[in-house]
Amino acid sequence: MVLSPDSGSTAVVSEKLRAPWLLLGLVAMVCAMATGLFVGPADIEISAVVRELINRLPLVTTDSGLSLIHANIIWEVRLPRVLLGALVGATLALSGASYQAVFRNPLADPYLLGAAAGAGLGATVAIVTGAGDGMGTFDTVPLLAFLGSLAAVALTYFLGYSSGVRRSPAALLLAGVAVASFLTAIQTFIQQRNVETIRQVYSWILGRLNTASWGEVSLLAPYALLASVVILLHRRTLDVMRLGDVEASSVGIRPQLVRLIVIVAASLGTAAAVAVSGLIAFVGLIVPHTVRLLAGSSNRIVLPLSMMFGATFLMFVDLLGRTIASPAEIPIGVITAFFGAPFFVVVLRSSRRSLG
Amino acid sequence: MTFCVVENVGVRVGKATLVDHVSMEVSAGEWVTIVGPNGAGKTTLLSVMAGLMPSSGSVSIDGRNLADLTPRQRARLLAYVPQQPEVPPGMSVNSYVLLGRTPHLRLLGVEGPRDFEIVEEVLHQLDLEGFGHRTLESLSGGELQRCHLARAIAQATPVVFLDEPIASLDLGHQQQALELIERLRQERQITVVMTMHDLTLAAQYSDRMTLLSNGRVLAEGDPNQVLESEHLSALYDARVKVLKIDDDIVVVPISNRRRPQ
Repeated sequence: MVLSPDSGSTAVVSEKLRAPWLLLGLVAMVCAMATGLFVGPADIEISAVVRELINRLPLVTTDSGLSLIHANIIWEVRLPRVLLGALVGATLALSGASYQAVFRNPLADPYLLGAAAGAGLGATVAIVTGAGDGMGTFDTVPLLAFLGSLAAVALTYFLGYSSGVRRSPAALLLAGVAVASFLTAIQTFIQQRNVETIRQVYSWILGRLNTASWGEVSLLAPYALLASVVILLHRRTLDVMRLGDVEASSVGIRPQLVRLIVIVAASLGTAAAVAVSGLIAFVGLIVPHTVRLLAGSSNRIVLPLSMMFGATFLMFVDLLGRTIASPAEIPIGVITAFFGAPFFVVVLRSSRRSLG
Repeated sequence: MTFCVVENVGVRVGKATLVDHVSMEVSAGEWVTIVGPNGAGKTTLLSVMAGLMPSSGSVSIDGRNLADLTPRQRARLLAYVPQQPEVPPGMSVNSYVLLGRTPHLRLLGVEGPRDFEIVEEVLHQLDLEGFGHRTLESLSGGELQRCHLARAIAQATPVVFLDEPIASLDLGHQQQALELIERLRQERQITVVMTMHDLTLAAQYSDRMTLLSNGRVLAEGDPNQVLESEHLSALYDARVKVLKIDDDIVVVPISNRRRPQ
């Protein structure tokens, strides 16, 4: 580097500071993943799990000594569940961080533009009509939740745009509030007309990972990948957006276009996450803020770290949810807030960094 | 050589006309200050000249019509600092000044060694060495003002538009800021267009002045011609005297108040 060693530009220094954080995020993620694989109601020895995992590596054969049932628990129950938790957590936290960035609003979360309300309506319709047929609701719920979520965001964007989003992104936020209330009203109406499905609908709204299978992992994975690639490519641009639309435009950015691209990517990811796991609250709001308080406010660190810690957080929370009252499960949405909120307060009180 | 041409520019918002048929020219390397009372349209005109506000008429810089340029092309031609720039919380001075390099990066690209070098150089030139790691919020008003200027300079454009750059500074810092702008203008051969309230300072530092009133150009040219006490008094609805002290023009308010003897 051309810089004198002792003056050292922040840009270079912060590159260096970023590496330990990313490493920590990676280690945390691996730990959470391993714990999720080792712990469960079925009593399987850790060493056996490790041998079973190694056994699946190409060119390696070891005998884990596991019965077929136990091997299946690892491959068909624990692993997809851990992976789904990681994908959902990473996607929600990343979407939240990018919504906060494009709206320059610390209260923004992935459900801001109506994604949750739309998904809720879609899922309710699917559960209600599916139950009426007497058929399994498994296939139509994620599909309708996904479509409902995207339709709600599209409606919000259309309404916000036609009512003056050019002047201020606040119009978009207000449109989001209107759309969410409207769709929630319809959802509540349908739910009240079909009280026999209320339990199913309610449990969907609280969010859960206990139906995790490889099918759900493969449903979410492509959207999660697309969203993260698009958003991470915009990491520096999102730092420029912190200057506000006028100044961002004066250094050569098109703020409207950037906002649209990031919203589309984040909403696709959110819709897919919600479709497979229901409405898991809190992750998209608190994880990015925790990252900001700990590691600084540049989106170049906030975005990747939010993904890593979002994944870690949700894997741990899911682990708690399925072990605390084992064999019963506590809904994950309850645990995220119960453990997440106090943790966030501690971080908030002990940090001298600023939010934003 | 004429560098920036404003032709018949008008801005209307609803029924209000903010800028009305303004035409002006700025030569390369010149310092032009737009003055006028509150609400005269200074800020609006400056935003139009910086290509950040739609208007009728046209603005061209270096022979290129701003309306035909992409934001990126435009940002390589001109830099702009608004009256109250955003101060992103938690952002370091270095990261902030590096944002000025945006139009020179590949699309979605990040800064390279050359950009770090340029920013280092700009920070040195603006006496901001050692401030790189500080967050913007921790700076004083004068230091913060230099950071905004540093970001504009890091953009490495031939023209810089500054909206009331010294409005929030005390007398000493106002003078230092203007001296700094003058030094940068000469060393980097940039054209400076700014708005300012202080007529005396404007007259001291500008090559030419444009006096706006109700969105129209009332007078323009050499500070000597523009600052005449009769039309200043009428325009500002104030009692002023324009004095000449040595080579400087000084605009002095006159008080009606009689102090008890």
